[in-house]
Parts: sequence; structure tokens; C-alpha cells
Amino acid sequence: MTRFVVRRFISMVLVLFAISVLTFLIFQAIPNGDPAARLAGRTSTPETVAAIRKTWGFDQPIYEQYVTTMKKIFTGDVISYAQQVNVLHEIKQDLPATLSLAIGAGIIWLALGILFGLLSAMRAGHFTDRALTVLALIGVSTPVFLLGAVALYFLAFKAGIFPNGGYVPLTQDPLQWLHHMILPWLVLSVLFIGIYSRVLRSNLLDTMNEDYVRTARAKGISERRVLLRHVLRNSLIPIVSLWSLDFAAVIGGAAILTESVFNLQGVGQYAATSIAQLDVPPVLVIVMFGAFFVVVLSAITDVIFALLDPRIRLTGR
Amino acid sequence: MSEPSTEHLLTVDELRVGFRTEDGLVQAVDGVSFDVDAGEVLAIVGESGCGKSVTGMTLLGLTRGPNARFGGRAVFDGCDLVGASDEQLRRIRGAEIAMVFQDPMTALNPVQRIGPQLAEQIRAHDDLGKDAALERARELLERVGIPRARDRLRAYPHELSGGMRQRTMIAMALSCDPRLLIADEPTTALDVTIQAQILEEVRRLRAETDAGVILITHDLGVVADVADRVVVMYAGQIVEAGTLDELFYDPQHPYTWGLLGSIARVDRPRPPRLPAILGTPPSLAAPPQGCRFRPRCPHRFAQCLELPALEARCGVPDHLDRCWLSAEEKREKRQVGGQIGLAPEERAA
Repeated sequence: MTRFVVRRFISMVLVLFAISVLTFLIFQAIPNGDPAARLAGRTSTPETVAAIRKTWGFDQPIYEQYVTTMKKIFTGDVISYAQQVNVLHEIKQDLPATLSLAIGAGIIWLALGILFGLLSAMRAGHFTDRALTVLALIGVSTPVFLLGAVALYFLAFKAGIFPNGGYVPLTQDPLQWLHHMILPWLVLSVLFIGIYSRVLRSNLLDTMNEDYVRTARAKGISERRVLLRHVLRNSLIPIVSLWSLDFAAVIGGAAILTESVFNLQGVGQYAATSIAQLDVPPVLVIVMFGAFFVVVLSAITDVIFALLDPRIRLTGR
Repeated sequence: MSEPSTEHLLTVDELRVGFRTEDGLVQAVDGVSFDVDAGEVLAIVGESGCGKSVTGMTLLGLTRGPNARFGGRAVFDGCDLVGASDEQLRRIRGAEIAMVFQDPMTALNPVQRIGPQLAEQIRAHDDLGKDAALERARELLERVGIPRARDRLRAYPHELSGGMRQRTMIAMALSCDPRLLIADEPTTALDVTIQAQILEEVRRLRAETDAGVILITHDLGVVADVADRVVVMYAGQIVEAGTLDELFYDPQHPYTWGLLGSIARVDRPRPPRLPAILGTPPSLAAPPQGCRFRPRCPHRFAQCLELPALEARCGVPDHLDRCWLSAEEKREKRQVGGQIGLAPEERAA
């Protein structure tokens, strides 16, 4: 087990390193991305730009700039180019909104995805299945920003049932928090419910034809127990690993569109605005933060997977 | 001597099982009738696709589905299994009639330990607590000869060898003392040495309990080892039925001759090539007119275009077959090269 952990840790570090380098280089390659010019502002003279370049170290060779930036990130001293504020501080402020979105939506899409997948498989070929399939396809195909905008327009703007976007911290007002989060939760979940119900449906139908399900029936146990204890339990295993990766991604800012449409001021939205301004430090930090989450959760998922499916347990437990 | 006729444990009467497919109705089992008595081993023999597994599974209602069509009856303990309700079947499965399947690796739930899998069946039929059920499971494992049974309860299927897995399946099948055991190719997925051990289990079962056994197999060696009576199936129908001795020493149907002739014999000189029955089994969606073996039979003649009924034609009341040839002709034609076999194709009628 220790060897496993050590190996994962080393590969995690390497992955994060590679991602940081890649992100850094991408920004170097973008045209019009001269940070000195951006910092200097509209009415800048070549001298101001040159001076800024010196103070900020943009005249250093790339690898040196990289090292300096990474050092700043790890000491928590990252300043964004655009706003002159501490990036880590910003992210800490934005995190609650993203966490609220991720946890709430995560629970909803897991529960409904499993429910619809189960219904579809149990009534495979009949009307319920076909209807749910169509809904799933709509869910998967509808762009989040379209769905979010439409939802906001009809349910918030026109009907006034929900607020027009924005985020209210849980600690400040739980009811308002809930009121603001419902639409974003549903909008974000739609895509995942579509995916998960299809994956589960397919797993269930495959599992139902397995020999051990036939054996279970031949043992004379109730049909319900066959379905839950044998078919569903085994079919859920891949869903678990899917879920943890998607969840990690959302925390890392993958809900960038949802957050922006609903103006939740979360990590994703911060990333969106930073990208638009070609502001490297926040983007770099958020990317690494997201990557870190995904890598850690994927390692945890592997462990959980091994617990659930003993066939793939690593040797030398 | 007059004794009251003992009631058969299981009476199958004109069983029919068809499956609706895109290519039409596939009649997997087409009018199969046989009996099984307590304490007897009945072997159902045939090639892949002859309907023997479907017959076995239908007895437990495992072939039921939206595209399955059934006919005939299978009476067990006064209850017709073909028309039984789901609840009736559930109570019978695992408790009165139990089944052992072909491939123990896929027949056991791979992510569950075998102890709980055994206990699950026990608790489905008997009111036992978890620990009591596991204790009974441990006894069962010991009974089928698995060493260190207590430790093995916590093992996963993939941690056991093939032979141990099959023994576990047998233990599971025996857990509620069934009166009828259906073994569907129990040794096919195992190597020969393990095969012998498994057959030993079946023989022990027959000796120690009163259970009837239906042994489904394509291996005549296995049949010779444990069967009391044999039924030979071809293309969904029974083509010959009789006792073990009758079948091996006085076979009446050309298909049976072919099966016997294709066995490699240790006590005879090695033939240049293994005799095989030429051709392939017919499509069950469109079976041939008349005798179904006719297209592959070197002894066919005009009458074979009419399907023979399954009757006793050789003077022994319970030795049935479906062949128009006279008893004389059969005795003559089945001798090929000094032993029983199917003659190679001559230009026949």
C-alpha cells in the first residue's frame, strides 16, 4: 500500500509540473499577450512599458520567469496582472460559491442519474425508456449557457420565481442561499444526468445478462434482491469513479459556464474573466488547483474502486 | 410382481420452447418428454444447440422472457413448472430444484465473497440469521471437500481454482437439500482430473441422498461414468431414450451411432482420423421436413421424409427411438469397422 501511495504521489507531482509548464507556455504563445503592455494600461509610453517589464521581471528568460512565478505561487504571494490583487486571496473568496455549486449539483445529478438509468433499464424498450432516452439526449446536447440563459429568462426574469443570478453565502442566509442555488444546480446537473443515466442504463442491461445474475435467480432469491444486490450494485461501480472525477473537475472550475451565466462569482467565473483579460497568474493558479483536485480525487477513486471490485486489487496489499 | 407405481419426481410432457427472433420463431425445444425418478441420474446428451440446456433452464423458469413461447408441461410435485407463477417458481428454485451451471467463474458474483453468496441462498428459504447461515455454508463447503472451509468463506471467486469454484457451486446447489438437481455441463469448463472429482461428488450425492439428478452434457464419457438413464437430443427433439446399457450396447438411432463412433477409444488401435458426423445441425428456425437427422444420415431412405414418432421399436418397452429402420437393419448398419459407428456417406436414397 505504501508503495502505491508513493508511486501515485510522484506521478501526481510530475503531472502537476507538466501542467504548470504547459499553461505557462500557452500564455507566452498567445498573441497580444504582452503583460507589460496590459499592466501599463491604455495611455502608456514605451518607457512605462519598459519600466514595468523590468520591475515585473518580464525581461527575464522564460524559464526564469517560470521559476519566479512558481515560487510566488507556493509562497502565496501571487499578484494578478490585471487587478493587482493577491490571487490566492481571491480564490479563497470564490471557493464557497464553487463548492456550493459542486456539492449540491453533484448530489442531484448522482441521485437523478441513477434513478433515471434504473428506470430506463427496467423498462427497456418501452415508452418510459424511450422518453427518458430522449430527455437524456436533450440534456447532453443542450449547451449549458443556453439552458442557463433560458432558465434565467423565463423563471427568474419573467416569472420571478427565482432570483436573477448571484450568490448568497450559506452562513449569511441559508434560505436565500438555497433560493439562489436551485437554478444553477439544476442547469449544471442536466448534462450529467443525461450522461450518467445512459451509462448506468447500458451497464445495467449488460449486467442483467451476466451468468451470475442467472445463478442468483436460480437460487430462489426475490427478484428485487436480484436487481438491487447483484445487478445494481455491480453496475454502479464504474459510475462511482465517473462521479468523483466529474465532481473534482467542477470544484476545479469546470463549471465555468454555469458560474458565469448565473454570476456566482466562483472559481470558474474568476478563471473566465482572467482568461478574457489574458491575466496569467490567476489562470495558472486555478489550472493547477483544478489539476491538483482531479489528480488527488482520481487517486482516491482508484482506491475506492479497488475496495468495490476485489478483482483489481493491487498485489501485496 | 405388482407394486404401486412410484410417482415420478419430475414428468416432462411434450415440452416446447420457442424464441421469437428477427429470423422468425426458433423452436429450441420441440416436443420433449421424459421422467426423472428420485435417486436416479438422467443424462441429457447432445451437440451444442440441440436444446438440452434450454430444457434444463426452462424447468426452473430461467428462459422466461418477452420473446419466449412455451408449450407442454413439466410436472414436479403436482405443480406444472411451465405455467407456474413467479412466486411459486421462486420458492422452488434453490430449495426443491437446484441448478449447477457450466462455467463457475462467470456463474458466481465476482465482487462478493463466496460465504455470503452461499448464505444468501440459505436465507432465502430458511429463517436463519447471518451467522447461522454462514456456519451452514461452512459445513457445506466441507462436505464438498474444500479444505480450510472457514477461511474460504471470505474468499472471492477469482481467488479459488476452477475445481473449487465448481465445488462451491455444487455446495450452493445442495444447500437447501433439493429433491432435484439439474447440472448443466458441470465439467465442461474444467480439466479432466477435476472432472473426475466433480463426478465423484455427483456419485456421492446419489448415494447419500434421494435426490434425482438431470445431467446435461455432450460428453459420453461423463455419461458412462454416472448416468442411470440417457436421453439423446437432436435439433430440439429426443431421438433416443433408454438405460445406460441399452444406449451403449444396443443403440437404435443413427445419430447415437455417430456419437458413439466418434469417441476416441483407448482400448482400440488409433484410427487415421477421428470419425465425425458429417454436416452440421439444422437451423431451428426452419427444421428439415420429416426426420431431422435425415440430411446427415447415410442410411436415409424414402420414408424418412415423414417424421418418426418416438416409440419403442426394438422390443424393450422403455427403450425409445425415432428411426424408421427395422431393428434388423439397425443391428446390421451400426457395425462399422468392427465397432458401433456411423458409416461414411454412401450414395443413399
